[in-house]
Amino acid sequence: MTPLSLKRWSWIHKWSSLVCTVFMLLLCITGLPMIFQHEIGAWTGKMVSAPTLAQPLPLVHLDRVVTSAQALHPDKTVDFLFREVDEPNVWFAALHDTRVKEHEDATLFLDARTAQVLTQPKLDEGVMYVITRLHVDLFADLPGKLFLGLMGVLLLVAIVSGVVLYAPFMRKLKFGTVRRERTTRIKWLDLHNVLGAVTLVWLLIVGGTGVINTWADLVIKLWQYQELSAMTAPYRNLPPPKQIGSVQAAVDAAQRQEATMSPAFIAFPGNELASPHHYMVFMRGTTAVTSRLYKPVLVDAQTAQVTASRDLPWYASTLLLSQPLHFGDYGGMPLKIIWALLDLLAIVVLGSGLYLWWKKHRASQKEEKNHALESVANL
Amino acid sequence: MHLSLWQIFKPVIAIGVISGIGLISALLGDGIWDGLSWLCLAWVSALGLYYLFRKQTSSTPRISE
Repeated sequence: MTPLSLKRWSWIHKWSSLVCTVFMLLLCITGLPMIFQHEIGAWTGKMVSAPTLAQPLPLVHLDRVVTSAQALHPDKTVDFLFREVDEPNVWFAALHDTRVKEHEDATLFLDARTAQVLTQPKLDEGVMYVITRLHVDLFADLPGKLFLGLMGVLLLVAIVSGVVLYAPFMRKLKFGTVRRERTTRIKWLDLHNVLGAVTLVWLLIVGGTGVINTWADLVIKLWQYQELSAMTAPYRNLPPPKQIGSVQAAVDAAQRQEATMSPAFIAFPGNELASPHHYMVFMRGTTAVTSRLYKPVLVDAQTAQVTASRDLPWYASTLLLSQPLHFGDYGGMPLKIIWALLDLLAIVVLGSGLYLWWKKHRASQKEEKNHALESVANL
Repeated sequence: MHLSLWQIFKPVIAIGVISGIGLISALLGDGIWDGLSWLCLAWVSALGLYYLFRKQTSSTPRISE
């Protein structure tokens, strides 16, 4: 590498890292408990597992689940139902107020076999809520997400430039050499290099998928604009229906259409992922990969007929597949623990980078000061 | 002694490939696929912890800075 290009890459590495490091440290630290958010949620009562029943029961009629949710909130209507892939016997229901404009949402977990309300968690308060908001959008909604996405892009630039700079630093060192007997700065330089090399691919993937996740809102908007509007186009000018039909009938219709899939997410009429006239039933596959993907099936809420169904476009599938790779929630507890360890190692890489910059910065400041003193003395 | 680019990046590429296998295999299935993922990524994280906490300096002779 020529001295000039070395200088250029050093500049790129220094500034891309300097700008993003504080935010990346925040993301790594807040991300650490988020790896275990299911466990923490189960412990604090924000999430539940299906209770063991004396006798195994089949899934109850979905309209009973809706009735059960609305019995607790007579002034609200169900907005959507959702169930996790590994918790098929629990429905998560979100309800919103029909009368007040600044709607007060209610969230419930219901047993899919008995329609009993399991818990009514308040999801927008508590320590994990604060941690999650700091991690996702810095309490600043879409601008916050896009800002963190930009910081993520800088992290990717820092990683790539770090790889380029790795070579000239390692010309005379065997891989993994940590010169502990030398100065603290050299020790941390070696640790920064070796730990950066070890966590390289993991950090690239978690950083890259994190950036993709910051675009989730935009992906949904684009899907609504390109796909949903085309699917609901024939109903555009019809007056909204007075009576909404059975949700179970709608899900049955979607199930007949996609026999090998199972319902994961049901957007009710009026939800922004459905239409005033339709239920949108998002079906998920049953294999490891396809269970991460959805097939939206649009069902007329009055006639319970499927009126449209199309595969998700590539950008939505990319978002859905990038989520497990960011969360580390796709390989049980052992993978979560490994995720936490790699996260801690990434914190060391970030912290040592910051330390190295500070040391160098101070050294060059001292030098400048000496220069200035010398020139004063020479006057 | 000067190491060639290949010599410098060989271990980095090896760790990267093993990380990649670990990251993808758990996505592809459960059971043995999860096991392969744990094995690969546990090795990568153990390697990092080893370099971080290893007490003695490298056993290989140090080459001038």
